[in-house]
Amino acid sequence: MELIIFYVFSSILVLSAIMMITVKNPVMAAFYLVLSFFATAPIWLLLEAEFLAVTLVLVYVGAVMVLFLFVVMMLDINIATLRKGFVKMLPIGVAAALTMLMSMIMVFNSGYFSIEKYAVPERHSADYNNTAELGQILYTEYLLHFEVAAVILLVAIIAAITLTHRRRANTKHQDIDKQVRVKSSERLKIVEVKAEKRK
Amino acid sequence: MELILSIYEIPLINALVKIVMILVPLLLTVAYFTYFERKVIGYMQIRIGPNRVGPRGWLQPIADAMKLMFKEIIFPQNASKTLFIIAPIISIATALAAWAVVPFGAELVLAEINVSLIYILAMTSIGVYGVIIAGWASNSKYAIISTLRSAAQIVSYEIAMGFALVGVIMISHSLNIGDIVKMQSGSGVWGWYVWPLLPLFVIYFISGVAETNRAPFDVAEGESEIVAGFHVEYSGILFALFFLAEYANMILIAVLAALLFLGGWLSPFEQVEFLNLGASFLAGPSIIWLFAKTIIFMFLYLWFRATFPRYRYDQIMRLGWKVFIPITIVWIYVVGIMYYMELSPWFVRV
Repeated sequence: MELIIFYVFSSILVLSAIMMITVKNPVMAAFYLVLSFFATAPIWLLLEAEFLAVTLVLVYVGAVMVLFLFVVMMLDINIATLRKGFVKMLPIGVAAALTMLMSMIMVFNSGYFSIEKYAVPERHSADYNNTAELGQILYTEYLLHFEVAAVILLVAIIAAITLTHRRRANTKHQDIDKQVRVKSSERLKIVEVKAEKRK
Repeated sequence: MELILSIYEIPLINALVKIVMILVPLLLTVAYFTYFERKVIGYMQIRIGPNRVGPRGWLQPIADAMKLMFKEIIFPQNASKTLFIIAPIISIATALAAWAVVPFGAELVLAEINVSLIYILAMTSIGVYGVIIAGWASNSKYAIISTLRSAAQIVSYEIAMGFALVGVIMISHSLNIGDIVKMQSGSGVWGWYVWPLLPLFVIYFISGVAETNRAPFDVAEGESEIVAGFHVEYSGILFALFFLAEYANMILIAVLAALLFLGGWLSPFEQVEFLNLGASFLAGPSIIWLFAKTIIFMFLYLWFRATFPRYRYDQIMRLGWKVFIPITIVWIYVVGIMYYMELSPWFVRV
């Protein structure tokens, strides 16, 4: 049963990853990337990492890729111009791909990654709580690393905001606080108009 | 009889029966929730509401469902057909899948998982793909505008909602909804998490309304500006799926508010001696209490819709980012301080 689940989702993962880089439409490529993220989650579940699996879906599928799609949909990408430099760039691309392939082969043949090196992972009992384990180790043993990562993320957030936050002088910008604070007496003037006398 | 019982013991059949036992009442509730909505809003606006089909209009939702089922599905020109069909399927699938982990009683839960709370958050956040894909596949200006609006809105309010739930997780030491309810038991109404987490509770429910794209945050549909938003090109059963998903999500948010903040199936009369309820069913935990609390929140949805005018889009964004997120962050600190002071009855050392 576990093997069937593994093969189903890993084949979806591999297929959608291949489709992602071969499909022409950038929005479709983003959708395939979403699918490949989603197919990764069940494989993590099989490794008893339920917290990481669900967080992967929540963060990558639910937030990161939504923003990504947001940008891709707004871009006006012309597919013809995208393919123009294809032949010119082909040798460089092939060279990069070959280098990657060679290094992958060398890493996997180095002997550290063969299956015989590792014992078959033992299944934990039903009351095993991976989330609690993860929290325990993250906030005790790896507390410093955790905090450093948090600070780096904060720096990244501030950097991203300052890079994009340029205020143009002539925008018709609305000050919502001012709009909320407004009172009816400032906007509405009740004028008493006396009825004209009939002559 | 023996045979039926032995068939029921097969794990797959067992799970299927349980799924049907959740889904059929859920879909019936959705159908009658729409009837209830039209009636309630009708009375609030001094109208009668649907009263023609069947006695007092009780068959109206069934007639609506039949109409939608037999209507032709129209595909817009140059629409991406596969994605056009996949979009409502994603919407309904995620809306229903989230119900797998919702507990209806101490032992009444289909899938008991450790991370059920984040699982529900994850499922509702995948639901936005239904909207995005629908808008993109429709090849329509209104649909794509609505998609951009709703994607930005859902992602923004998810943060406020997530932070509001961090308070619940801190106080209950658990990501499991069943355990969160169990932690609230023991001291009657005062044990419920509404009291220490009151601001988070309010923010959670308002964010929930925004996440489900309901009034006053329904700019994704915005009839007056963009016709009907992302489902403007949809007809027939495909539209019905979006509709079902929206209402299933509304009920999910209501049930979660009841479970996480109002003690779920726990009785409010648990510790009240002077009423002398003793061993009567009113004093004990039961599914009736969960439903009663859920219905309060479902009613709030309708009340909002009948009362509030639609927010302006930039004000929605401001409310989410500049008001809700700061309040939740401050309150998470307050919860930390309460934790440190071991404020009873909520913060007991485990």
